Amino acid sequence: MKSLNQPTFSHVAAAFLFSVTTLLALPSLANSQLPIIEGYAQQAKKLDQGFVKFSPERGHSLFSTRHGMGKPETPSCTSCHTKSPLNFGRTRAGKEIAPMAVSKTPDRFTQLKKVEKWFRRNCKSVLGRICTPIEKGDFLTFMMTQ
Amino acid sequence: MRHVFSLMSAIVTAFFIMSSMAVADERYTPIQDKTVSKECGACHMAFQPQMLPKRSWKKIMDGLSDHFGEDASLDAKTSQHIKSYMVANAADGNWLGGKFMRGVGDNMTPLRITETPHWVRAHGREVPSRAWKNSKVKTKANCVACHRAANRGSYDDD
Repeated sequence: MKSLNQPTFSHVAAAFLFSVTTLLALPSLANSQLPIIEGYAQQAKKLDQGFVKFSPERGHSLFSTRHGMGKPETPSCTSCHTKSPLNFGRTRAGKEIAPMAVSKTPDRFTQLKKVEKWFRRNCKSVLGRICTPIEKGDFLTFMMTQ
Repeated sequence: MRHVFSLMSAIVTAFFIMSSMAVADERYTPIQDKTVSKECGACHMAFQPQMLPKRSWKKIMDGLSDHFGEDASLDAKTSQHIKSYMVANAADGNWLGGKFMRGVGDNMTPLRITETPHWVRAHGREVPSRAWKNSKVKTKANCVACHRAANRGSYDDD
């Protein structure tokens, strides 16, 4: 009698297919920032009819400007993230922050919940207010070029 | 008589050695909750709940939007989950009371571990003030700068 535990051809084929599809799916993860940026673009269009597209230059300026409108300890993004998004940053409590640049930290900006959490916290800390969808999209677009 | 005396002194010596070992035994149960490790550990080392009383953790978790000058707000579900874990495992989480309850009066709600009498006594004489100014240390909240296994709850390496 044939044991049910014996691997059959279909088992092996299924395992093979599974690994191939998993491997093929991996490179697409590198671009999974795009749906999040697209989401912000749709919100931006709703708020501003004239919105065309996000600008990495505006994103760069948002990142580098010394706003000084939030908490005194964090006048700008660069207070913790350093002047270049390619560098490791450091929190006020001394913990290392992985680079913001997507080229350095490929899984950055791939989870909407996490992205929203940090915009909520850090826009308040630096700007003293929440960020607009255009600012968020500009910021992410800039980080994609880095 | 002489034998009794030397036996007594041996017992007394052993007692002193053991009590000094007990003082050096700075080990805490590591955090066993993934959400707590991840969320608390995003900006600083995730401190073990045994280092503050229940009332302190409640106050900290209810004031995350201004967390020592930082907006550390979380969604309600996540912060409730973390609060329950920290309160359940707090310094006064069992009848014995942890080391961190020593010298903490009933009317005191310390918000910084570094302000508790136990922390102050453990670091006071031993750590020179220049060590705190070292750029690798940066802040007293950075336990791992000196206690390499702090994340795993071991502070015995001093």
